[in-house]
Amino acid sequence: MKQTAEFLLEVGCEEIPAQMIARASSELKVILEKHFSAERILDSAEVHTYGASRRMVAVCRALRTRQPDSVEEVTGPPRSVAYDNVGRPTKAAESFAARQGVPVAKLYTVTTPRGEYVAARRTTPGKLTREILPTLLPAALFSIPWPRTMYWRRPAERFVRPVRWILALFDGSVVPFEFAGVRAANWTAGHRALGRERIVVRSFADYISQLRRNYVLVDPDERRKKILRELRQHASRAHLRVHEDPELLEQVVYLNEFPTVIRGEFSPEYLRLPREILITVMRDHQKYFALERSSGELAPHFLAVINLDRDAGGIVRAGHERVLRARFSDASFFWDVDQKTPLGNNLAKLTAVTYESRLGSYADKTARLRALARTMAEHLAAAGVQEASVASADRAAELAKCDLVTEMVREFPELQGIVGGLYAARQGEPAEIAWAIYDHYRPSGLEDWIPRNLTGCILSLADKLDTLVGCFAIGLVPTGSSDPFALRRAALGIVKVILEKNLPLTLGSLVTAASCALQSQPPNLMVSETIQQQVLEFLLERARFVFRERYGFPYDEVNSVLAAGADDLPDALRRLEALHSIRRTKNFEPLAASFKRIRNIVEKAGPDEHWRLPDVRTDLLALEAEQALHRAAQRVAQQAESHRLAGRYREALLLIAELRPLVDRFFDEVLVMAEQEDLRRNRLTLLAKLLREFSRIADFSEIAAAQK
Amino acid sequence: MRKGQNKRSRNARPLFQELILDLLNYWHRCGCVLQQPYDLEVGAGTMHPETFFRVLGPQPYRVAYIQPSRRPADGRYAENPNRLYKHTQLQVILKPSPDNIQSIYLESLRAIGVNLRRHDIRFEEDNWESPTLGAWGVGWQVLLDGLEITQFTYFQQCGGIDLDPVSVELTYGMERIAAFLQGIDNVFDLKWSTDQTYGAIRTSEEQQFSAYSFEHADPALTRQMFELCEAEARRLLDGWVAAPEPARQRYPLLAAYDFCLKCSHLFNTLDARGVISVTERASLIGRVRTLACRVASSYLEQQAAAVPITLGSR
Repeated sequence: MKQTAEFLLEVGCEEIPAQMIARASSELKVILEKHFSAERILDSAEVHTYGASRRMVAVCRALRTRQPDSVEEVTGPPRSVAYDNVGRPTKAAESFAARQGVPVAKLYTVTTPRGEYVAARRTTPGKLTREILPTLLPAALFSIPWPRTMYWRRPAERFVRPVRWILALFDGSVVPFEFAGVRAANWTAGHRALGRERIVVRSFADYISQLRRNYVLVDPDERRKKILRELRQHASRAHLRVHEDPELLEQVVYLNEFPTVIRGEFSPEYLRLPREILITVMRDHQKYFALERSSGELAPHFLAVINLDRDAGGIVRAGHERVLRARFSDASFFWDVDQKTPLGNNLAKLTAVTYESRLGSYADKTARLRALARTMAEHLAAAGVQEASVASADRAAELAKCDLVTEMVREFPELQGIVGGLYAARQGEPAEIAWAIYDHYRPSGLEDWIPRNLTGCILSLADKLDTLVGCFAIGLVPTGSSDPFALRRAALGIVKVILEKNLPLTLGSLVTAASCALQSQPPNLMVSETIQQQVLEFLLERARFVFRERYGFPYDEVNSVLAAGADDLPDALRRLEALHSIRRTKNFEPLAASFKRIRNIVEKAGPDEHWRLPDVRTDLLALEAEQALHRAAQRVAQQAESHRLAGRYREALLLIAELRPLVDRFFDEVLVMAEQEDLRRNRLTLLAKLLREFSRIADFSEIAAAQK
Repeated sequence: MRKGQNKRSRNARPLFQELILDLLNYWHRCGCVLQQPYDLEVGAGTMHPETFFRVLGPQPYRVAYIQPSRRPADGRYAENPNRLYKHTQLQVILKPSPDNIQSIYLESLRAIGVNLRRHDIRFEEDNWESPTLGAWGVGWQVLLDGLEITQFTYFQQCGGIDLDPVSVELTYGMERIAAFLQGIDNVFDLKWSTDQTYGAIRTSEEQQFSAYSFEHADPALTRQMFELCEAEARRLLDGWVAAPEPARQRYPLLAAYDFCLKCSHLFNTLDARGVISVTERASLIGRVRTLACRVASSYLEQQAAAVPITLGSR
């Protein structure tokens, strides 16, 4: 019998939602490998998975044909019982050997803590893979985590979409099993319109080549390459370039089993609409790629990816052009209707649009945004930020939500903010204000950019702070995976804007300002100290995340710096950079270890009112080692503090690190918990002082020990 | 059947009424009951009792019908080439869902002259939900060369009740399909019959009902009608609970459902009139849904008493 053989599985479905396929495909690989390993049939070859709109595919070139035999040692009766005094096996030995299925002669002796026993090596023959797969596969398929499943026959049979066929081959023959009401067989189905309905398959190579002949490209990489190649060809033939869109590309890779790109046109009169609107219509609603001239302007063309081998006679193209024409004519209609009303006139309508029932309407939210934006701009101006303009911040906040009642945003909600910005610019608002409105929903995630100007940053902060503090105040706190108001994203945005714009705004002052706005404006909510504290902790959690994931700092450095103060994030970032830069210098980590020791000693000593002296008493410093440390610490403390106040964190940290030999010597030679009470209290006071004075940039005791 | 198809494919530009006939004829051949449109204002074919009630419970059923559907907020005074106050849906319910349902559906497109080999047909995820009916399902919108022509749904819940067996619901947007097949951009230019256009037949209806929904509907009165219809539905539903045995089979739960439909349409009118705030919106939808869900569960009780359900029959 062969040692290994090829395994091939295809689950044929009605169209699987495109955006779910890639993830499910990689999950399927992990799931199968886990199951195969658990059954010990996975050899050196890995499982490869592929997905297309009507199929999930897994292949393993070399799966063991059977489990290896398992050998286990079974201990039997004591040796003294198993053999008589001339060394002949007794009944006990014989029946033990029989039970284990080995000849008596194969028994041997093992020494255990309880004495000598006889033992046998029992071999369990491995099961055939062919026998394992029929139960393994349904369980594996059932455990694919889909965002949403459905049933179509029986409520217990759930999958992402109805399963219509299953191809399952091992070593060229069918693996008999049933999943979701379908029996596995040896055939697959080609492209719905272009291929044959039933194609008998012998192997993976045969499967791939037959499906290709039947217009299915199983491998998403192959589909992606075909699409990209054809996009470029069409663009260059028209002397244009493709408006790159990686997300859209991924969608069309999984929407089509045999993707082909066609080019269509639209009337240039629609180019009077802003490109944002044209691209949104093409991309989000029709899944078309836009084409641009070398100047960056849009051209009146689009590229559509269709699920056919070609478009004979341009029939498909004509259809797509007609649909786009209707969409663009709607968009022009909305644009023209909206232009009849100045954006600011929509404010009155916002009273009828509820933001959240307990937080009032969007008119209420606008009033809070204005108050909050003004406070922030005043703060910034006072802190010497030249471009901060209270009037601009106020006006941008006033108009920020006015696009919510426009026809355009009602039709294309994903354009909120952008439409407001475009309308504001067109209606003569200054660029600073128009861009602020345009950008204020940003950043939408860790990788997204922040608003391009200061007013936009202020507005973005105001919007997110109001959401965050407002929701916490009415008890809408995210739990586990549930975060319906996207508060984590709001908090992340706040952290990113402050850091990347380097704003001198402390988290505490921002949360206070947002709380004041909620109190002074409708719904006139009192936000308690406790809740404000919760919001701050929530923000800090996101700050830690950003420092780790966005800036790549190790968690212990982040904790160390934030423990020494977290209110001013740009400052925390500078301290982090300084700490990180000296982390690998020779004195630092040993010093950090000593600080951890100091903290333990001080904490163990109990409440400090029992031992702390008003200051270190030099007359009680009995040993040379403690006198030296005290002198050096006083000197370093003074110099380090002046560096710190001047923002020279690295210099300060380097100086502090120089204390290391003295701290080491202190611990070598001095017994802190001395018998004599005044000596002991004086030493504790010295240590507590070190801890206090040298933890202003970073709390070294948070640094994890070196991994060596 | 083969013959009929050939004839149709020669006529690649069917009249609006031919399209309706062809599709109904196709579904007739597939064993559907051909029903008539419901004689109340509804927003979608799903609201027709032939869908709402038939998908509940265990009895197999196949039905197809045309349902003119009113969407007050979508009216555009006949001035927009694609938007209508009232559009025409062709609705099909297949219960239980056949295994080859996608092929059956695609065959219906062939029956109206679509060459599947030459058009880009695609099933894109679109999960349908009707919050006022407590109904939802999982499925796709079917796109024909980028144009949405059908909503294809595996019904999972109706009136708040988990469905078993599952029905497939196919909803064809007839004006769009006709415009596509006739190759025109403006719905009002559609040829309805040999000598009448869609515009000639329907323009004034679109104008007047758009005007009514956006300008003339009296908000206070409409609200009052909503309250009255809701009260009547509720009264009937409360009565069901206490209805004595001999009268239970003819107890008018179907009438309660009619009042629930009226509420739904009145709500749509208020919405188009722009007098509903977002919060009130949610609460009004919730009130209609409550009625729909009560109707559904009461109807099942009534059916269970009438037709003994054989357990394990599937």
